[in-house]
Amino acid sequence: MSVETKVEYEVVIGLEIHAELNTESKVFCGCGTTFGADPNSLVCPVCLGLPGSLPVLNRKAVEYAIKAGLALNCEIARYSKFDRKQYFYPDLPKAYQISQYDLPLCRKGWVEFEINGEVRRVGINRVHLEEEAGKSVHSGERLLGSEYSLIDYNRGGIPLIEIVTEPDLRSPEEARVFLEQLRQLLLFTGVSDVKMEEGSLRCDANISLRPKGSTKFGAKTEVKNLNSFRSVQRALEYEAQRQREVLESGGTLYQETRHWDENRGVTVAMRSKEEAHDYRYFPEPDLVPLVVDEAWIERLRAELPELPRAKQARFVEQYGLPRYDAEVLTTSPQLADFFEACVAEYGQAKPVSNWIMGEFLRLLKAEGKAIQQVQLSPKGLADLLHLIDQGVINANVGKEVFEEMFHTGKEAGAIVKERGLEQISDTAALAAIVDQVIAANQDAAETVRSGEMKAIGFLVGQVMKQTGGKANPKLVQQLLRERLLGD
Amino acid sequence: MEAMDVRPGAAAGAEVPRLSTADVAKVAAQARLRLTEEELEKLSGQLSDILRMAAELKAIDTEGVEPTAHGIPVYNVMRDDVVVPSMSQADVLSGAPEKQDGYFKVPRILEEA
Amino acid sequence: MELHDLTAHELRQKLDSGEVTSRELTEAFLRRIEQLDGALGAYITVAAEEALAQASAYDEARAKGEPTHPLGGIPVALKDNLVTRGLRTTAASRILENWVPPYDATVVERLRGVKAPMLGKTNMDEFAMGGSTETSAFKVARNPWDLSRVPGGSSGGSAIAVAAGMAVWSLGSDTGGSIRQPAAYCGIVGMKPTYGRVSRYGLIAFASSLDQIGPFTRDITDCALALNLICGFDPKDSTSVDVEVPDFTKALQVDPKGLRIGVPVEYLSQPVDPDVRAALDKALKLLEENGAVIKEVSLPSTKYALEVYYLIAPAEASSNLARFDGVRYGLRVPASDVPRMMEETRSKGFGPEVKRRIILGTYVLSAGHYDAYYKKASQVRTLLRRDFDKAFADVDVLFAPTTSSTAFRLGEKTQDPLSMYMTDYFTIPVNLAGLPGLSMPCGVDKDGMPIGLQIIGRPFGEEQVLKAAYTYEQLAWPKGAGREWRAGREVAVDVR
Repeated sequence: MSVETKVEYEVVIGLEIHAELNTESKVFCGCGTTFGADPNSLVCPVCLGLPGSLPVLNRKAVEYAIKAGLALNCEIARYSKFDRKQYFYPDLPKAYQISQYDLPLCRKGWVEFEINGEVRRVGINRVHLEEEAGKSVHSGERLLGSEYSLIDYNRGGIPLIEIVTEPDLRSPEEARVFLEQLRQLLLFTGVSDVKMEEGSLRCDANISLRPKGSTKFGAKTEVKNLNSFRSVQRALEYEAQRQREVLESGGTLYQETRHWDENRGVTVAMRSKEEAHDYRYFPEPDLVPLVVDEAWIERLRAELPELPRAKQARFVEQYGLPRYDAEVLTTSPQLADFFEACVAEYGQAKPVSNWIMGEFLRLLKAEGKAIQQVQLSPKGLADLLHLIDQGVINANVGKEVFEEMFHTGKEAGAIVKERGLEQISDTAALAAIVDQVIAANQDAAETVRSGEMKAIGFLVGQVMKQTGGKANPKLVQQLLRERLLGD
Repeated sequence: MEAMDVRPGAAAGAEVPRLSTADVAKVAAQARLRLTEEELEKLSGQLSDILRMAAELKAIDTEGVEPTAHGIPVYNVMRDDVVVPSMSQADVLSGAPEKQDGYFKVPRILEEA
Repeated sequence: MELHDLTAHELRQKLDSGEVTSRELTEAFLRRIEQLDGALGAYITVAAEEALAQASAYDEARAKGEPTHPLGGIPVALKDNLVTRGLRTTAASRILENWVPPYDATVVERLRGVKAPMLGKTNMDEFAMGGSTETSAFKVARNPWDLSRVPGGSSGGSAIAVAAGMAVWSLGSDTGGSIRQPAAYCGIVGMKPTYGRVSRYGLIAFASSLDQIGPFTRDITDCALALNLICGFDPKDSTSVDVEVPDFTKALQVDPKGLRIGVPVEYLSQPVDPDVRAALDKALKLLEENGAVIKEVSLPSTKYALEVYYLIAPAEASSNLARFDGVRYGLRVPASDVPRMMEETRSKGFGPEVKRRIILGTYVLSAGHYDAYYKKASQVRTLLRRDFDKAFADVDVLFAPTTSSTAFRLGEKTQDPLSMYMTDYFTIPVNLAGLPGLSMPCGVDKDGMPIGLQIIGRPFGEEQVLKAAYTYEQLAWPKGAGREWRAGREVAVDVR
């Protein structure tokens, strides 16, 4: 028997994330940034790169980039500048992209996230501000093989931040979880819509393998076209496996760019620009340097909202919520705000959390709605919970009422009155119905008498059915026990 | 004393680039230009002359000297985030060599961005 | 004197008195263009209809008693790298031969704002790259005083138009001397203001960190009027500077006493035509006799200015001209795919000088060369600025020749780019340091060709420059600089 010594490999991943900033106007001109407008209808001499036109920097774009940097714990550069990144491409109107090269706005940050109960920290190498390119529509399904392409410059000039991580990620799953965490951070900061499906958040990944314990990096592959969180993980899993197989079969890996084919579930080597390696960066002479002083940074820092991890910790601490609840409630700033507003109205946290995580999220998801589109107010939910507490309605009826409030925004009390949903807590009236039910269900009654308490549920259900769900379930139970067990 | 008072003629000859026609062709391709053999020949000589002249700068001590990007140094020129009307689609496309359905039309792209 | 010989401030009186209408004036200039321009080649596009419409608009406004601007109603010409809405703008290049811009440059908006009839777009070196207007893709431009000579460049057409009475004044652009040098060669006044004084929005860029728009005029008074109209911060140009714009006509004072004039010793040691040197000395002597103080100053780094310029300008140009790729506007040479289409278009659309500079600039910016060339040049540029700062601690203005000799002959330097580049020796440092510089006539050489005197000011020191220029003009040429030697001399074109 031979002993096989198999090399164990470690996966090394770094990400380059592009996020469009949600400013009203473009980064270097006053054109709007609306998604889905008619082609070439949000274009001016500047973003069309007409001869003679000049860029003027959007202050808000700078502030959003700084805020993103602060949320990622970066150092903000006191002095930075813009550079031209030059390459020829039809969707790039000036044949250069205004970007930042050696003096980016933000550097040296980090992000913490939790995976499998462990806290991991990923370094952020830099965050810089740049402009979007236009968009090409190809006559065929893909660029390659298309007879011709059509160009729309509406997107050209939308502000973009590029976030470059250190190669600190160690598994495809980690990459996905990190990216989700990053998305959430940007969402909370309010600087980007971070919609991967609309392309306002995009991610390229660098991945390489090295023998465990080695400190040297292997030849890396840049994987492009990762259009969802799921595809990030899938593509990297595929790529890690592919690289492992090459190495294990004694092959050599070369630095290259590969395209993720979502349908086939494979990465394919890409034909890329010949001069891709020489962008001939130089300082953009049409823009002046950016000087950011302490006061400006502090003002922006003060405007930053509480970020997800801090909020989760506070929810656990302040409201005594389980960790799970805190995580669910902080998936978006709007949800967290709604929760807190409800608690402020109602007084107790856990029942509010239960209703939000249960009915509220269920309805949101079922109807594909955003919180802002929902009629229900925090006070409305609090009123509903009070009605249940006071025994005016029972919890099941509460769900019905909740659904109507969710759609119409009507007050709980009004709905209950209008639809006659008040709980029946009149002992005499209920006793009569209980007696009827026992008479009609002798078998079940006998079972309960013999001590099998499970059957009592059936009888309660029958009473509820007779009362259209309005009977006070506690009272019904009590009456049944009195009659059957003599309690 | 300013170091560049002395113009060192000797240093100039040291690393003077001499561009071959192949070098020029390569740079031209980068700039999306194609030149005839004759043009390449002429240009390699002329560019070499200019670079030889430029090589004089190498000897100047610029240690710690900030580069000048503009004649007049200013900083932080910014605009407010306010939308102003764009051009009409007709104006945007008015110079287009080829267009279709409100888009600029180009032949096969061949390369990924 | 004929209408076409008058200055703007003289014509102002005639317009205000009603002696002549703007329309009549414009018609006279259009006739003059028709007569002369076939031989001189100053205009690429004559905009007769538009100019007459603008003139009529001015006349109507005046008739209604609306307030008028000193330059309102006065015909002007524009270099063809200034973008004009609805009016073809070519930069004298095949690649933009049929481009009709959908927007106006900021200076053009200002001209429209005061209802100045724009006679047309003037000839120039292709994309302003050249010093003789010989790189124009469209026509030969000739010096009005000797048709075998160049008018200078790159704004040659704008200089010819004013010198030959085919426009009252004109606008050009100056990246390394492109206003001052042709002004000198054609015997008129030309000024490059401080970098950032005039908005570059709508100026087709050559080298963004050096380009500046400025006027050509017949005398210093008109120059001040033109500056009043075109200077000022523009929110569309981040590099235009938000400083107060004075009324430049207030600087039009004869005040030689105590005027401190610096003469850079490095400029004096440069080989200069003896006639040019004599004219400069004579001007200095006249001012000194009237109480000015002449001082030698040193600009040690200027000896590197040419090298710095011929690294920085092509580098920026290579980037600025990359957008001409056949996708959105201008020429497209059809081809089966995008890379080939771009290459065919650019190879056919650009002339040899433009290609030369694009390739040089591309090389200078390519990986591995950036630090040695572009960055180094930018650092030496800082040293050069410091030289000027130091010099201006002791003097108000600097005097120098504009060019080392008068206009050279057509074709004389086209085969030798370096010798052509050398003609910018005295003007380039001013662009690198972003300073205001003016050229004005100060005599003629033995062949009767005009000589230019260059007056350089500190940043935003246009007023001191104008004051020194006006003082010299009134002392030496009280009827207007250049006009006296020109008196009775018709341009060298047979107009019969």
